[in-house]
Formats: sequence, structure tokens, C-alpha cells
Amino acid sequence: MLSIKNLSAQIDGKQILNGINLEVKAGEVHAIMGPNGSGKSTLASVLAGREEFEVTGGEVEYLGKNLLELEPDERAREGVFLAFQYPVEIPGVSTINFMKTAVNQVREHRGQDPLDAVSFLGLMKEKMKLVEIDQSLLNRSLNEGFSGGEKKRNEIFQMAMLEPKLAILDETDSGLDIDALKIVANGVNKLRSKNNAIIVVTHYQRLLNYIVPDFVHVLYKGKIVKSGGKELALELEAKGYDWIKSEAEVV
Amino acid sequence: MNAASTNTELLEVLAGQASNQSNLRQEALRVFRQLGLPNNKTEEYKYTPITRVLQKELQLSNLFVTDGSTPAEEKWIIPVQDTYRVVLLNGYFVTDKSFLPSNVTVKPMLQAAEKLHGHIGRYADFKTDAFAAWNTAVWSDGLYLEIPEGIKLDKPLIIYYLHDSTKGQVKSVSRNMLIAGAGSEATIIEKWQSFGNNPVISNTLSEIVLHENAQVNHLVIQHDGLTHIQYLFNQFWQHTKSCLNSHVFTLEGAFIRNNTRVCLDGEHCESHLYGLYLLHNSTLADNHTVVDHRKPNSNSNELYKGILEDQAKGVFNGKIFVRPDAQKTNAFQSNRNILLSDKATINTKPQLEIWADDVKCSHGCTTGQLDEEAIFYLRSRGINHETARAMVLYAFASEVLETITDTSLRTYIDNLVSERLHKNF
Repeated sequence: MLSIKNLSAQIDGKQILNGINLEVKAGEVHAIMGPNGSGKSTLASVLAGREEFEVTGGEVEYLGKNLLELEPDERAREGVFLAFQYPVEIPGVSTINFMKTAVNQVREHRGQDPLDAVSFLGLMKEKMKLVEIDQSLLNRSLNEGFSGGEKKRNEIFQMAMLEPKLAILDETDSGLDIDALKIVANGVNKLRSKNNAIIVVTHYQRLLNYIVPDFVHVLYKGKIVKSGGKELALELEAKGYDWIKSEAEVV
Repeated sequence: MNAASTNTELLEVLAGQASNQSNLRQEALRVFRQLGLPNNKTEEYKYTPITRVLQKELQLSNLFVTDGSTPAEEKWIIPVQDTYRVVLLNGYFVTDKSFLPSNVTVKPMLQAAEKLHGHIGRYADFKTDAFAAWNTAVWSDGLYLEIPEGIKLDKPLIIYYLHDSTKGQVKSVSRNMLIAGAGSEATIIEKWQSFGNNPVISNTLSEIVLHENAQVNHLVIQHDGLTHIQYLFNQFWQHTKSCLNSHVFTLEGAFIRNNTRVCLDGEHCESHLYGLYLLHNSTLADNHTVVDHRKPNSNSNELYKGILEDQAKGVFNGKIFVRPDAQKTNAFQSNRNILLSDKATINTKPQLEIWADDVKCSHGCTTGQLDEEAIFYLRSRGINHETARAMVLYAFASEVLETITDTSLRTYIDNLVSERLHKNF
């Protein structure tokens, strides 16, 4: 589904990604871990099309298309979803209106008719249950005054509504207490299927107790320096990142 | 010919041949000549070169006085259901086009003026602003409205200012006096519509008095053609426990100067001043506001927001005075702007003068570009760039739109704003 080859990127002249290689197939969950500043969030941002980052080399193929050539909204309509580490507050735009617009623009792209108000509300009610989010929250301005947990639940609610093929969760666990973490992880697990893939970017192993990955990759200085199964995450939790760093320096 | 003599000549053209020489008019004319037209050293018009614009646009020989025929109604009626209305054509009251409630006193200002000695000019200061002096000296007609004690107007009243410049330039100077009696309630809308390609210069001054417990919603809708050079002065005067909601919506016009002044001359008054200016092309809009707290225990809240594109220019100047007697005053002011082009400009200046010590006052102004992070967030959900941009801008504007209580009116203004912002969601 996603094939990243030798991807390099910089921001403000500073090189962040130094040749990433990653293959993600439908049905898989990949965890990207690594110490602070290793480039985890940059990778997520580059895949979603954030314009501050300049791709300086390599290629990304997504479902046979050159992902890097697509605008951020085109990527989303093609099924790429980024759950933000810091969801943006937009006063004056309600989540419901925003989602209705997004869902219908995605449907239009897929050649489907727009949902009328009743069908949209039905779909929304169904997806709200997944992340245990209350409708009163969705009537309010997008993320405005939401708690950290509410913002992250809103991200997963949006993911549920848009039914992406490739979801990238950028530090979705940050700022969550254990109950909120379980709710969010539970929502993600319900959305897992053999047809979609998920990339979980996280600093800690904690989230991976609930969203169990098929593969774990360690990112350091803009490169994937180690890959393994879910047990790699446990090893990192126990031993920290230092041994990875020294291993990488030797290489 | 040097600029000064041109200025004087222009001033005399504006002053015209004042026919009705009441003492007040004579005094105002003297002040007008003494002040002279503003120049680039006049602080209150520092960013608003109104004299230069008038010199450029006003051809002194081509002034036209209406022949009295009103343009067809469908060309100026706004789609707001169930309203009363007053029509002024080139500054003159048109009785047969006006629908008025029976339980209030409404008269053309020209007829009412005789009995209003000592009232006209009592509230709106004409001694410091040349255009206020000009209005006071030479106004042609306008609306006198008196709402008796306890009467609640069941429909909004729209004042339509029509200007017909098809046959020549129009110079229109109108004067209103609106008295809201104790406990009365009214919604009053001011709307301008010009016809013809020749320049229109209009000067409208209203003195609006709110007696005890009166509640007035006042809305200005400036959505006129690019031929219209407009000076507007609304002076509100609030007595005890009165409540004012003032809205100024500016969407289109050539050159606009608004003076919105509120004097809180009673205790426990509420004043809400809202403004929304969406400027494009080379429109200039200047909002000068004054909130003058003279008595204790009142609240004022002011929110002006602007979106400027192309070469548009905006000016905001907000003064708050809290006088020594006005203890326990709450006064807040905020001006926020979004500039969508490198050539658009905004000059914003809050001015607070506080002489009382037990007060809560704050002010703030921000000017920025479109929030790219918000746009990216919306796009990352599949929303195209154009829609995302419209969404963020509409959200910015909606904070002001939401303050309009009348549903039909809100829908009308919302539609104008949505169209401007290319809202398609």
C-alpha cells in the first residue's frame, strides 16, 4: 500500500529525515518509535503533505500513485489520514459542519452522492459510539476548549467518519490519562481491518499495549535504525534508547 | 491654483447657499470654516485622506439635485421580512414610499426641526469634526422618530438612503433624530443604495437618545457601489438602565468614514458595539468609535473585526473614556484583523483614558494573516483549499454575525458575507 524509498526532508535548511525506507501493506499496523528529535513527527507530517517540510530526496508510492505530488487534501481524499499530535482549535467552525463538508467532498471524489442530513446524522451517531464522544462536543467549535483527551477522541472520531485506507497516528497517546488512552486505542482497534493500514508514531510503548503492532521501527537521526516485531517495543521500554543510539553510532 | 485655495473652494461648495439660517446652522457654518477640511496633519483623519478624495471626485459644476422620481423598489428593497421603512432620496424624505408604525411619531426632519430647538446638535458634537459641522450647517432633511414610553416596535425599521446620480453628481446631507422613550424597544437599520455612475458624497448624522430602560438595536449596512463616498456619524446617548446593540457592517463602497459614538450618561447601562468590515478592491473604510462612560456601574463591550484583501485599506480607532464619576465601569474593546494580501493595510489604534480608579477595562488588537495551520488541518480531512479558506474566514466573521438577534436580518447579512467569502459549505 505504502512504499517509502530513501526519503529525505528538511525544514528551514535543517535536514530531519535522512533516507527512510519503509514498506506498509494492507492489514498491517506499524509502530514508529524513537527518542525526541529523531524525526518521527516529521515523517508523519511529510506523508500528510505539510508544506513547511521540503522533500529533498527519495520517493513515496501510495496505492500506485506518487504521494508526494498530491496536495494535502488530495491525499486525504485518496484515503490518507493524519491524527494530529496537536489538533488545531478553530473557533466558529463546528465539528459537525466541518465533518459534513469533509465527508461529502471525499464522497464526491469517490463518485458517491453526497449524504443528506439524515444519513449523515445516522453515520455520525454510529461513529460517535466507537470513541465514546458526546454529540454536544461535536456541536461546539472544532476543538475549542476541548481537553487533551477530547481532542484526541475527536481525531479518532474523524478517522472513523472518513474511513481512511492509511491512518497515521502522530503521538496520539500524548497527554492522555490511562482511561482516555484505552478509549482511543479501543476506537482505533475497531477500525482495524485487512483492507487498511495504520502507522502509529509514539514515544512510549504504553499505547502499544492497546494497539498491538505487527512491526516496530526505531527512528534515530532521521533513519530507521532497527526494525522488529512487537517485542522490540518492550525491549525499548525496558532498556531505553541509549543502546540503540550506540548501536547506530557504531554502524 | 495651490492646494489651500482649492480646499477653501471645495469647502465653500460643500457649504453651499445655506437658505435656512437658524442660529445653530450659522454657528456650525462658522465652525466648519474655522476647522477647515481635514488635511494630512489632522490627527483624526491621519489615514483617511477624505479631502483629497473629494477634490479628485467632486466636479464642482456637475452637482445634481433630484427630480423626485424614486428608483423602482425591487432595485433597493432588501429581503428582510416584515419591516417598517423610511425612504430618503438624495437626502430628502419620501413620504409615499415610507411605511411606518402608527404608534410612534415620525416626521421629515425638515418639518420637525422647528419644534426641536435646543435638541438638534445637543448630543452630537460638531465643534471638533469638520464633517459634523458641515452636516449641522447644511443638512437638507432626514428622519425624526419618537417612540413613546413603553412602546415596542413589532418590526424592524429600515431607513433606506437612496442616491440617484444617473444625471450628475450627488451631494446628500441628511440629519436624523431618534428618540427611544422610557422602556421602549426598537430595531433600526440604515442601508444605502446608489444608482448611476457619477460620484455620490453623503453625510448622514443621527442623534439617537435612549431613555431609561430603553432597548435599541441599531444596524448599519454599507454595501453600496464604488461611486459612494460616505461620512456617517451616529451619536448614541444612553440614560439609566438602557441597552444598546450597535452593529456596523461594511462590505462595499468607495470611501467610508464612520463615527460611532456612545455616551453612557446613566447608571446600569449596557452598550455593545460590533463591527465587521470585509474590504476588497481599493475600498477604504475607517471606523472611529468613542465609548464615553460618564456615570457609575455600566458595562460596555466592543468587538470590531475586519478581513481585507486586494489594495483595501482599513482604519480602526477606538476610544474609551471613563470619567471620574464612572466607578465600577466595565469596558472592553477588541479589534481583530486578517490581511489577505500584501497590499492591504490596516491602521488600528485603541485609546483608553481612565480617570476613575475602581474599573475593569481592557483592550486588544491583533492583525495577522490567514491561519495556515487551521487551513492545513481542514485540508488534511479532504476539504479543498478554497473551501478550507472560506471556512476559516467565515468562522472569523461569524463571531460578529452571531450577535444579530433578528433571524431574518441575520440571514440577510449572513448571505452577503457568505457570498463575499465564497462560502460553499
